[in-house]
Amino acid sequence: MSGDWQAYVRRIEELAARSGLKFHPVDFEAVPESFMMEIAVYGLPVRMPHWSFGVRYIYQLIQRHMGHSRLFEVVFPGNPGHAYLAQNNGLAENILVTAHVLGHADFSRNNLLFRRCQEQVSERIVEHAANHARQISAAIEAHGAQRVEVALDAALALEQHIDVDQALRRGRYPEYAKDPKVLVDDAFQKRFAALERTAGSAAPEARKRAPVPPHPERDLLWFVANYAPEMESWERDIFLAVREESFYFYPVFATQIMNEGWASYWHARLLREADFIPQQAYVDAIKCHSDVVRPIAAESQVSLSVNPYHLGFSMWEKLIERDGLEAARGIMEQDDDFAFVRNYLTRELAEELGLFRYQARSDGQITVLDHDLGALHEAVLAPKYNFGAPIVSAARVRNDGTLELTHDSRTDGRGLDLERSAKVLTYLQKVWRRPIVLTTVNQAGSALELNAP
Amino acid sequence: MDSGGGKRDAPTSAAKWYDLFSRGARDWLRHDEKIRAAVKDNLPEIIAGADLASEGARTVRVPVRMLEHHHFRLRRADESFGAGQGKAKPGDVFTDPSKEGEGEKGPGGREQGEVQLLLEFKVDDIVDWLWEEMQLPNLKARAGPSDETDWTREGWDRRGARSRLDRRRSFKELVKRRGAPGGTPNFTDEDLRYRQLARRRQPAVHAVVFFMLDVSGSMSDRDRKLAKAFFFWVVQGLRREYRSLETVFVAHTTEAWEFNEPQFFEVSGSGGTVASTGFNKVREIIDARYNPGRSNIYLFYATDGDNSVSDAADARAALATITADACFTGYVEVSSGLPRQLATETGRLFQELQAAGCAAGSYALADFDAVWGAVRHFFAAENEAPAQS
Repeated sequence: MSGDWQAYVRRIEELAARSGLKFHPVDFEAVPESFMMEIAVYGLPVRMPHWSFGVRYIYQLIQRHMGHSRLFEVVFPGNPGHAYLAQNNGLAENILVTAHVLGHADFSRNNLLFRRCQEQVSERIVEHAANHARQISAAIEAHGAQRVEVALDAALALEQHIDVDQALRRGRYPEYAKDPKVLVDDAFQKRFAALERTAGSAAPEARKRAPVPPHPERDLLWFVANYAPEMESWERDIFLAVREESFYFYPVFATQIMNEGWASYWHARLLREADFIPQQAYVDAIKCHSDVVRPIAAESQVSLSVNPYHLGFSMWEKLIERDGLEAARGIMEQDDDFAFVRNYLTRELAEELGLFRYQARSDGQITVLDHDLGALHEAVLAPKYNFGAPIVSAARVRNDGTLELTHDSRTDGRGLDLERSAKVLTYLQKVWRRPIVLTTVNQAGSALELNAP
Repeated sequence: MDSGGGKRDAPTSAAKWYDLFSRGARDWLRHDEKIRAAVKDNLPEIIAGADLASEGARTVRVPVRMLEHHHFRLRRADESFGAGQGKAKPGDVFTDPSKEGEGEKGPGGREQGEVQLLLEFKVDDIVDWLWEEMQLPNLKARAGPSDETDWTREGWDRRGARSRLDRRRSFKELVKRRGAPGGTPNFTDEDLRYRQLARRRQPAVHAVVFFMLDVSGSMSDRDRKLAKAFFFWVVQGLRREYRSLETVFVAHTTEAWEFNEPQFFEVSGSGGTVASTGFNKVREIIDARYNPGRSNIYLFYATDGDNSVSDAADARAALATITADACFTGYVEVSSGLPRQLATETGRLFQELQAAGCAAGSYALADFDAVWGAVRHFFAAENEAPAQS
């Protein structure tokens, strides 16, 4: 590890603060590349064990051997934030990465979605995840690897199915249905209430038990943890641990374009303004920058995906140029990718960047479509809807404990992949321990039921 | 060197925990375990398709896909929309490189390529699993007098090689002589006892399996492969039961020859089929080399079932002489076409034997998936069949 780079950290931090970035202090740690890879696979430096991470790990290994991906840094928000840098980064790369990390730190401290998440999950997600891992190791000791794996299979399969509009620590539903009469309060109701009661309506009605759930519930991890008829407490804990980590991952997922763009904008700008950096390091760092934010792999003319670094970077650059830094900071604080792309990806910029929308047929033929800005926005954002998962909610628990799940195929536009969904039901059934029914639609659009068992 | 205050220094002296332990590798191993368990559960189907190296194959390679941890996903749409970037005009058409073979350099793909694993399994392990899984009865070996002798341990003597000194026994002698334990043991030569060995005859646990294959013109390449897959697993099964197992390979058309194993499966002939030549050859070899009283003889015959009509009587007679001495005779009808349900010349021959109460069985083998059915059929039948004596 070169100490040279460390010497620049404070100066870059000072420069960043002078440029208006507001961030919590960041701990930098240089780690071997193998560990960087694991952080990328698990999403967190220490996380619960599960075989599915092993699969991702192998894919990542293969990618690395093919030279596709190289990780420079991973940063975790918090106070203090924690940044892991690859040990084999050169000086120039490390200078760039330091500036980049400070951009992220600024973003995660000020963006509303991140702030809300950190208020709920705490500012120490890294420690929390490590605690979860420890808790799961303890469960393995107590109940055996097999049973813990069954619970994790189910919980991790539902990891995207949370409701971020609800609180992380969320109480159970009210036991009884609210009296609808109390809700309405206007002149007519007052006069009506003042009338003499007839004998029939005078008798106080028995309180009605609220149905469970009272409304379709999208927070499946929470719902299962709280309302599964025969779940053991350690299994509930596993569900809630996975849910907490999902709450942490959501803002990272939902602001990726903004966040990476913001960090890229700032590393480029800080680098330009840092007169203390040696010339050679500056040139190398700029080279590295253009590799990171290039839109298309070097050898091809066209890419079928959009590089979020490049898109976000270009958008922020345009925005700051046009409206100034103050306005940009306001957007950074309040928006997520949906608002950001829909509001600020203009026709001119889309054309300048060569963005296009295409239609892919199942036989692999791809047709580039007309420039329709609204549709282009949605094409960019489509993979991000609902945490990237179909909308599945718990609709009812029958008297015998059967869980009814419904898939909102109208919003999603088509039905579920039946084979995979059936597998998810089998995972879930092992912790729910009563039958599960899932309604979705088939190819023709008519209703279809999946059952487990 | 450090400019960022105490909490920022990166300690390089002590090894960090992540140098010593890879969580990715741990979870990968767990995945590997799961996949092996899954393969084990579907072993007969998977193995049937696997290519077995002909000679001395101790491992089998099975291609498997990685396990997928399933999530709710939308059905694959016939038409989907996406956003891309680059030099493309509305109306441009190209093909998605992830959907076609490598080679052409198209636009960067949308989908992650699939990774196939090649797992290697030990044949011995597989056979063990299968015997557990399929609950195949273990075969009854015919134990008879044998010329084979072996050393067995027998008694003690006061003289012997140093390496055979029995300390426990010697100490007992010491105690006996002194009358009471305690004090310093003082061995004399009289106390020492040595283990003795003696030559004793062993019961026969010897088997010979005759594999007889019809290689006439009507047997296709695929038929021979089927027969080979079946024979391979029969050998594995019998080898579990017998310490020494000999295999004899006989192929026939209108004549019969003996082959060694690699040649046997390569042989292809042409012309008609006269089964009696094969049976006679087997009889000849038994008489020349094996003593039916001391060896367990098995015969497995694979053919497409057609036999020359004029040969029926000869074949019946020849086969009868073999079944008289054999533990079991099995008939596998390989027919890649329509399964004919053993309604063939040779099929009838074996059915007659079965009806007569001999240890014989037959099975129609139409494709690779059925190989395990055939193995199960024979090993179960072999056990139930009335014992020959």
